[in-house]
Amino acid sequence: MTALDREVPIIELRGVDKWYGDFHVLKNINLDVGRGERVVVCGPSGSGKSTMIRCINRLEEHQRGRILVAGIELTSDVKNVEAIRREVGMVFQQFNLFPHLTVLENLTLAPVWVRKLPKKEAEETARLYLERVRIPEQADKYPGQLSGGQQQRVAIARSLCMKPEIMLFDEPTSALDPEMIKEVLDVMIELAEMGMTMVCVTHEMGFARTVADTMVFMDRGEIVERGPPKEFFANPRSDRTKLFLSQILAH
Amino acid sequence: MTDVTQDLPLAIEPPPPATSGPIGWLRANLFSSVPNTILTVLAIAFLAATIPPVVRWGLVDAVWSAPNSRACQGAGACWAFIHEKIRFILFGTYPYEEQWRPFCAVLIFLALILASCDRRLWGRRLILIWLGGLAAVGILMWGGIFGLSYVGNELWSGLPLTLIFAVVGIAFAFPLAILLALGRRSRLPAVRMICVAYIELIRGVPLITVLFMASVMLPLFLPSGMTIDKLLRAQVALILFAAAYLAEVVRGGLQAIPKGQIEAADALGLSYWQRTRLIVLPQALALVIPPMVNTFIGTFKDTTLVIIIGLFDLLGTINASLNDANWRGTSVEAYVFAAAFYFCFCFFMSRYSQMLEREFNNGRRR
Repeated sequence: MTALDREVPIIELRGVDKWYGDFHVLKNINLDVGRGERVVVCGPSGSGKSTMIRCINRLEEHQRGRILVAGIELTSDVKNVEAIRREVGMVFQQFNLFPHLTVLENLTLAPVWVRKLPKKEAEETARLYLERVRIPEQADKYPGQLSGGQQQRVAIARSLCMKPEIMLFDEPTSALDPEMIKEVLDVMIELAEMGMTMVCVTHEMGFARTVADTMVFMDRGEIVERGPPKEFFANPRSDRTKLFLSQILAH
Repeated sequence: MTDVTQDLPLAIEPPPPATSGPIGWLRANLFSSVPNTILTVLAIAFLAATIPPVVRWGLVDAVWSAPNSRACQGAGACWAFIHEKIRFILFGTYPYEEQWRPFCAVLIFLALILASCDRRLWGRRLILIWLGGLAAVGILMWGGIFGLSYVGNELWSGLPLTLIFAVVGIAFAFPLAILLALGRRSRLPAVRMICVAYIELIRGVPLITVLFMASVMLPLFLPSGMTIDKLLRAQVALILFAAAYLAEVVRGGLQAIPKGQIEAADALGLSYWQRTRLIVLPQALALVIPPMVNTFIGTFKDTTLVIIIGLFDLLGTINASLNDANWRGTSVEAYVFAAAFYFCFCFFMSRYSQMLEREFNNGRRR
């Protein structure tokens, strides 16, 4: 990945605003993410970080401004939205695996139905990614039979099976027991090292230090500060960032 | 320092007496407390008082063949009546010589129903089997080709009619109900309003009224000379009625699906119909199997109401057979027979649904 590639944004948010009823959740959000860039978004709860990342694959609709992903603008045009969703993987806080399907079926569903891959080929890819997230032996179980950490790794593998260009992570470790957080973060670090474009909402600051190219701090619906992690953690410029970091890194 | 309380594993002992085996079972289930013991004694007394007379009436003293009901007087159940009338009860006014045709149609129906119970056949193959089976039933019942004489459907009655109404009714009401339930949750206001209006209207009207409207009022609105078959009208009324109830059951299942499932399907790029078919419906329908079967059983029994627009289903032919002057006073036997028939079908549906539920829950608990 050359520096030049990173200057070509694959995600562009331009003056994005969103309201829930009268509540202004996103205020004039401007954000560029380059190809291969790893962005970690942090901020207090209710700051709009999840809403912002969910706007990128239109699980939430923005009401003002423009969002472009891989050169396609997100509008109410369903075809555009589906095209973008094929290229953008998402990992949720609550895993959201399909409980009525086995692990392998969870992984092959979208490649077979959306990408129209032959079933055999999709299964080969699925087993490859299960190997990557280190649970090849769970392929024929149902999600309910796995631990939280295993489920989240299946969820990551499920997104990867679509061979997305971008991966979005919405607090992927927040619902996990402490002893399982590491196994999920390890998979994410590996993914980052392979050059995947990632936007990750998380409170795991150790992870952020390791993989992030850019830190984004949000508070009350706006982006307050952004910059490389080294400077961000050492010399936060805004008082709000300082306060947040002191709270989250206190112990 | 910690204390070691048990260094060697304890020996395996048999359970104390009278907590296992038949005596243990009796003690745990029937005589565990004073109220429980009283209830057990009362229940035994009730069974002792009711079962012997019923068995005596229905089996021991029953008359199995007799020329008419006078021969049964003073004895138990007059099963000779059923024996004598069975062909009329099963096939009604269908031409006597041709009654092997409805008989085969009934066998085809039963085979289709049994085949549908096998989950390995579910899918496109089962739909083809059904289309083939229904075509065969149609050919057998109507005839007019392959050297079979034509029999108009105004002569159809009895068991085949009941099975046609129930099976075709459920088969068409089910997909219609799914569409209505999805429509009621649609984001398009027009679609939603149509579905809500339909469901509320049909649910607010008794089935008898719907049947009357279909048989009496509908022809008034049709241009003169144009007629829709009476059987078809009743069938459509049954389908429309069952679908409205079923739609609400399905909607209950749809509402129980967590939002995260829909978001995950969307995030993978699935279209609305893919998402609905592959993610939402399989989970939603599995959740509502008990109320769904409830509605199916209701629909099956509701088919008996077609009698009020002059169609003779199984209950209709049983009623009609009571008019024979030779067989006065056999209505108890007739209705016990009818009840046994309907019970068998409904009990089968209920047991099958329980099995299905167990299978769906296997290994999928969250």
